[in-house]
Amino acid sequence: MAPVTMLEAIRQAIFEEMERDPAVVAIGEDIGVYGGAFKVTAGLLERFGWERVIDTPISETAIIGAAVGMSYQGLRPIAELQFIDFIACCFNQITNFVAKSHYRWGAPVPMVMRGPSGGGVHGGPFHSANPEMYFVHTPGLKVIYPSTAYDAKGLLKSAIRDNNPVLFLEHKFLYRRIKEELPEDDYTVPIGKAIVRREGRDLTIVTYAAMMHSSLEAAETLAKEGVDVEIVDLRTLLPLDKETILQSVKKTNKLLIVHEDTRTGGIAGEIAAVACEGAFEDLDGPILRVTAKDSPVPFSPPLEERFLPNVNDILSAARELAAY
Amino acid sequence: MSYPLTRDQHLELYYYMKLNRMLDEQLVRLFRQNKVVGGLYSNLGQEATSVGTAYALEKRDWIAPMIRNVGGLLVKGYKPADILMQYMARYDSPTKGKDGTSHFGDLKGRHVVSPISMLGDLVPVMTGVAIAGRYLGQNIVTMTWVGDGATSTGAFHEGLNFAATQHAPLVLVVENNQWAYSTPVAKQVPIHDLADRAKAYGIPSAIVDGNDVVAVYQATKEAVDRCRAGKGPVLIEAKTMRMKGHAQHDPAEYVPKKMFEYWEARDPIVRYEKYLTENNLWDEKTKSDFVARIEKELNDALEVAEKSPFPPPELAEQGVYCDGCHTIEAEWKRSKKEAMPPQSSVKPEWEVTDFGGFDLASTMAKQSAAAGANGGNGAKSARTVAAAQKSTGKSNGRPEKLKVAARVPFGRGPKGKEGRK
Ligand SMILES: Cc1ncc(C[n+]2csc(CCOP(=O)(O)OP(=O)(O)O)c2C)c(N)n1
Ligand SMILES: [Mg+2]
Repeated sequence: MAPVTMLEAIRQAIFEEMERDPAVVAIGEDIGVYGGAFKVTAGLLERFGWERVIDTPISETAIIGAAVGMSYQGLRPIAELQFIDFIACCFNQITNFVAKSHYRWGAPVPMVMRGPSGGGVHGGPFHSANPEMYFVHTPGLKVIYPSTAYDAKGLLKSAIRDNNPVLFLEHKFLYRRIKEELPEDDYTVPIGKAIVRREGRDLTIVTYAAMMHSSLEAAETLAKEGVDVEIVDLRTLLPLDKETILQSVKKTNKLLIVHEDTRTGGIAGEIAAVACEGAFEDLDGPILRVTAKDSPVPFSPPLEERFLPNVNDILSAARELAAY
Repeated sequence: MSYPLTRDQHLELYYYMKLNRMLDEQLVRLFRQNKVVGGLYSNLGQEATSVGTAYALEKRDWIAPMIRNVGGLLVKGYKPADILMQYMARYDSPTKGKDGTSHFGDLKGRHVVSPISMLGDLVPVMTGVAIAGRYLGQNIVTMTWVGDGATSTGAFHEGLNFAATQHAPLVLVVENNQWAYSTPVAKQVPIHDLADRAKAYGIPSAIVDGNDVVAVYQATKEAVDRCRAGKGPVLIEAKTMRMKGHAQHDPAEYVPKKMFEYWEARDPIVRYEKYLTENNLWDEKTKSDFVARIEKELNDALEVAEKSPFPPPELAEQGVYCDGCHTIEAEWKRSKKEAMPPQSSVKPEWEVTDFGGFDLASTMAKQSAAAGANGGNGAKSARTVAAAQKSTGKSNGRPEKLKVAARVPFGRGPKGKEGRK
């Protein structure tokens, strides 16, 4: 099999799940005839028809609302947000209607909300968001943010089959930049399980999505300097795989958290608390974090470059921590 | 169109309305005894709208009630004890104490979707239920209610627009009870008839006297049939009145006394009692039997509710996720094969026939056609249009003007033998 992009992996997951189960339907803006702004849903309409591939008006609240209604009927809608930034428009539907449904009255909402996320492509303040923490702070949801094509496909399939509402974030910088050979057979990747991408003894980096790749790159440089880095790729942010994080911290005794989301209220704070609660005695240095700056995502390339965390930021934080 | 009701159906309508009213009164008593947890939202004066609309549905149809639609829940088969226990936050309530008021539902049996507090949100949700039902071949209609205030939300407009573009079998009842908390409808919207919102979405609407249960039923039944025939959503505006404050804590001093008096004289239950008498559909004995039966039901319900414990504290963190507690399966009423390739395969192309340029002649023709057709609302029945004209006149929503107008004569029910059987 030829290697495929992350975008293609996501497309395959949707396609295969719709082939497998007529309860799976897709809904969103420009997803049908046009095949989606990023072409993730290209070919879907042709194969599955108007009833299962629903082009909507520009109404995020209606998209999510209708998807909830369809899921109450036992369908498994996949709702696309054209850019994840527009998820703010349906925040109410997601946090109040979707997330609380099962808890309040036992009505499961088996739906997936997905969309292109993240920066690095000069999208500016409204096309670069990493909205994960609004939703990680919302009990009742699951939040996934994969870093590889393999995981994207396997996790999206799990999300579609899950009985709960899942927010599936796709880093658009990675869409066409990474490639991977995928198994020919059906496979899934479990939700809620982090993975150790690189084993190491000296220091743990906990990260996810695009920053996983920057962290890997930094780890190679650090290896040459004699610092052996272990990289934990979270993959799922909610529920958080505390076990894998703690295991790694107990092994390396040092924790650096790297994310592209802004600093204050980012998941690094939560992970630091998890480490303090579960591995305080094992820590040999301060818990450090590398994150984006606390500002909106700026447009102009030098500004965005400054805003986003990069390999050098990771290197200097890791060196500082390694020195303890 | 007219949809004859049998005597039993007439009496059933009465039963639900009266039960709705007496349950409301019972809740007020419980509230005063401090047995209600949180606020209490009265349905007083709106029983005909809730009951008459829900009564036009079939068992397979779906509803999503708002807080003043307890009548709809009763029609769908919920029992007074369910509502009492919700308000009393007890463990045996439909939500086990996790939520209160009418915030509960039942997907599989009664097809009731729980509302949330955020107004307007049910419009897109019930659109989704409706289009899923169509996809699954269920031939269902979905119904939800919004207040006059809720028509100002984005969710209402997004939802209705989407429903219209999808031709979803959705009946949207706008329950114009003249007030949204302390805000009069004239401050809420710059139009007199909320039914006019339908024009913007190219769907038909009807205006009905919301305190005339038979008229409400008739208008809704027509809308429901239309939806079921695949003709797309219908908006029904029911003109009624919230006869109490927003909730128990609110004495509603901002409502002119005369307005309450105006509507008091149009109490839906008193009017319906008169109607039943005038049409020889019952006698004093039937009436007192009903009251006695409901009193007993409510006393029994209260006993059940008071016996129910508060939920165990550890329930608080349970049930956030479905961890296999539910088996999710759609109710297919058509062959799944039809929904699967290659049968589902289509040519991914839009059919564009209108190129959208400005054409003066056809624009003018369309405008004058619209002007001659009740404001372009489409499928109003003669009856509901008549009711609308009578009940609203040329008023701009001020109560004095309404006074001239709103008498919708009773006595339109089945006079023939059929209805008296
Ligand atoms: C989106 C939203 N904003 C504010 C509120 C608070 N609120 C609850 S009921 C209400 C008034 C609703 O008026 P209306 O829609 O006319 O319904 P009614 O109470 O008259 O039945 C308000 C403002 C809410 N529930 N939802
Ligand atoms: Mg109101």
